[in-house]
Amino acid sequence: METIQADVAIIGAGGAGLRAAIALAASGAELKIALVSKVYPMRSHTCAAEGGAAGVIKADDSLDHHFNDTVGGGDWLCDQDAVDYLVQEAPRELLQLEHWGCPWSREPDGSVAVRPFGGMKKQRTWFAADKSGFHILHTLFQTSLRYPTIERFDEYYATDLIVDDGRCWGFTAIEMRSGRMRRFEAPAVIIAGGGAGRMFPFTTNGAIKTGDGMALAYRAGVPLKDMEFVQYHPTGLPSTGTLLTEACRGEGGVLLNRHGRRFLQDYGMGPETPLGKPVLKTMELGPRDRVSQAFWHEQKKGNAVSTQWGDAMLLDMRHLGEKKIDERLPLVRDMSISYMGVDPVKDPVPVRPVVHYMMGGIHTDIRAATPLAGLYAAGECACVSINGANRLGSNSLTELLVFGRRAALSAVEYLFAGRAARNETALEALAEAAQERIRALFQRTGGTESVAGLRKEMMQTMEQHAGIYRSGEGLAEACTRLAGLRRRYAGIELHDKTNVYNTDLIQVLELGSMLDCAEAVAASAAARRESRGAHQRLDFAERDDANFLRHSLAYYGAADAPRIGYLDVVITRSQPGVRDYSGNHE
Amino acid sequence: MSERRVELEVLRYNPETDREPRFQRYSIRCPEEWVVLDALNHVKETADPTLSYRWSCHMAVCGSCGMMIDGEPKLACKSFLRDYPGVIRIEPLAHFPIERDLVTVIDDFMAKLARVKPYLIPKQERALGEGEYRQTPAELKKFKQYTLCINCMLCYAACPEYGLIPKFIGPAAISLAHRYNQDSRDGGRREREEEIAAAEGVWECSFAGACSEVCPEHVDPASALQQVKIASTVDWYKEHLMPWLKK
Repeated sequence: METIQADVAIIGAGGAGLRAAIALAASGAELKIALVSKVYPMRSHTCAAEGGAAGVIKADDSLDHHFNDTVGGGDWLCDQDAVDYLVQEAPRELLQLEHWGCPWSREPDGSVAVRPFGGMKKQRTWFAADKSGFHILHTLFQTSLRYPTIERFDEYYATDLIVDDGRCWGFTAIEMRSGRMRRFEAPAVIIAGGGAGRMFPFTTNGAIKTGDGMALAYRAGVPLKDMEFVQYHPTGLPSTGTLLTEACRGEGGVLLNRHGRRFLQDYGMGPETPLGKPVLKTMELGPRDRVSQAFWHEQKKGNAVSTQWGDAMLLDMRHLGEKKIDERLPLVRDMSISYMGVDPVKDPVPVRPVVHYMMGGIHTDIRAATPLAGLYAAGECACVSINGANRLGSNSLTELLVFGRRAALSAVEYLFAGRAARNETALEALAEAAQERIRALFQRTGGTESVAGLRKEMMQTMEQHAGIYRSGEGLAEACTRLAGLRRRYAGIELHDKTNVYNTDLIQVLELGSMLDCAEAVAASAAARRESRGAHQRLDFAERDDANFLRHSLAYYGAADAPRIGYLDVVITRSQPGVRDYSGNHE
Repeated sequence: MSERRVELEVLRYNPETDREPRFQRYSIRCPEEWVVLDALNHVKETADPTLSYRWSCHMAVCGSCGMMIDGEPKLACKSFLRDYPGVIRIEPLAHFPIERDLVTVIDDFMAKLARVKPYLIPKQERALGEGEYRQTPAELKKFKQYTLCINCMLCYAACPEYGLIPKFIGPAAISLAHRYNQDSRDGGRREREEEIAAAEGVWECSFAGACSEVCPEHVDPASALQQVKIASTVDWYKEHLMPWLKK
């Protein structure tokens, strides 16, 4: 098997992976960097983020405000030392992007503009119209082209980490163009593989977000943390799940039920604010978990709007006017017209909550280090944890920059702390074993299952039992069904047994990743007998700090169900309190 | 939701098993509201798992799903079935080698992108501690449109010059160079000009304008190309006829 040597190998070339690669290349350490991704960097899902990235910059704001908004928004499940690091580093990282050319929107005087976002007490979201993630991704990708020490391996699908003697030594990956297996040998590995929203049927996530990075670490024995916390974004298009950014509401858009009532005032987020004059941290600028949950209740009460794609609410932006919509929300207008046939300048747009983001992920410490020596993780695939039980909009783009860089710095420290002796024979055997598993998949005959069939059942299970509101009974059912699906997964036979760009093979492997992640979600959710943030239990409706002010850790159980452990939350200066979005939070 | 029957005629090519590309017919029933990408996904899920193509975001921003649809370069996620009443012919993007089925080899484009130095070369170095470069909304507007390129390469598939002269750097890469040249923070135009004003650079463009017509993000590469030509010409005159203007 051909071996590719590097000092640091990165899996995933989206925002976090690119940021890490640049930090490594600019570290002055003369490192050989392998940037490996199953897609070309510009295709990474960072490109779909719309609203912006949070970082304190304006005079009336403070790091404390950003800290408090984030910790309260996360229902006190965030590690507060990590949040401190995030808010401190955020302005510097966003400024760094500005210096690299990111076309941030501007104030008339030429300074960087910020916009309001949900759950944020001050305006601190840097934005580039409503294509902020797209511009961040392309700025990072284009900047990475300056550095010859970053060698890219585009369209390589990583299959297994190589772990020997308690350390990660690299991984195996399939070069999709040839179908050949390669061994990436690197004493430090950073996983930046993104989220896993595709385990649900209705999601803003692109096709590539199948949890591969999470599953790689998980199968290698690294726990997945807080996987039960799945974010529903309140405003997706019912037809396709396409995201309409929270900036729609930041700019002044309002949510209506079928009676034309701004119903959020009935769910602890009132009183109603004047139309066109959004007030921070209340009503439509409440946090995503609360807004999505409010819709669920409206639906139960029969107050939802019926569309041919099911129940919805209305996002009314008409009062913003055509000029502002075109300037601040051009993509939103374009997509509403294209995919819903509704022009937000003229009519309210039907929207409904849609799976958007995984708060949970690969367990890392504040240095972006996993418990496995030599393995780091950053971005959506990781849980550091700054998002706790509910991420605030515009913290994730900041997170992937801050912790992408942090992972790189930690990897450099690790490399310079002295290298352990490598057992070449053992590593080679591990790589051969990984190749053998793929070979066995090719050789399997008499298959009884299809990828599409199992995937559909998984998605239905997740939507039915692991959605906005959950119950112990439903989650137990989900665990049983997912375990059954995983057994049946072993009965998949490839339809396509050729080598070049075999998407049948990739989809089988992606399904395996999603099933692993889905089991971790269901098992963690079943074990958490309380309601907190995005995890709401009908049978345990209250937050229970005495028992569950703790992170869940799901450990891979191979043929068995995941084992769930717990880890204390780091609390430094904010004791758990009441999340107040009534507009009286001064 | 109204349903209809859709006939797809898809180019198939697997280098391991096919001597040359062929077309395969798929007939499906599906909602009228679907885009071509939905139809392809339906085929892959229900009829033929071997069909290969790239896609991800389904919102015209990742740039993965460029393909020829009835002979025109399009994003499959933004091509609505309702606009195609007859049999829909789907082929990989023109002017690129076929890797497999609808998947093309894009090494050439990736190399060209890197060649034009599509990153900020600061006019004036500024430390992070000094804060942001000031840039007014008017200055931003001067280049903003050229930042919107999603690298989908539809413009290369539409460009008659790229088809004839593969060395031509092409619309997207030149637009991106122009994007940085026009950025008030940037001072790297001369460096980029060495690449894009070279023989196979900007002068190959015959201003057919096809690139701008097919661009799904309205980047208007043709205008970038014209502006680069003008700027290069002015530079040439300055250098050769008015040497006293040089520093």
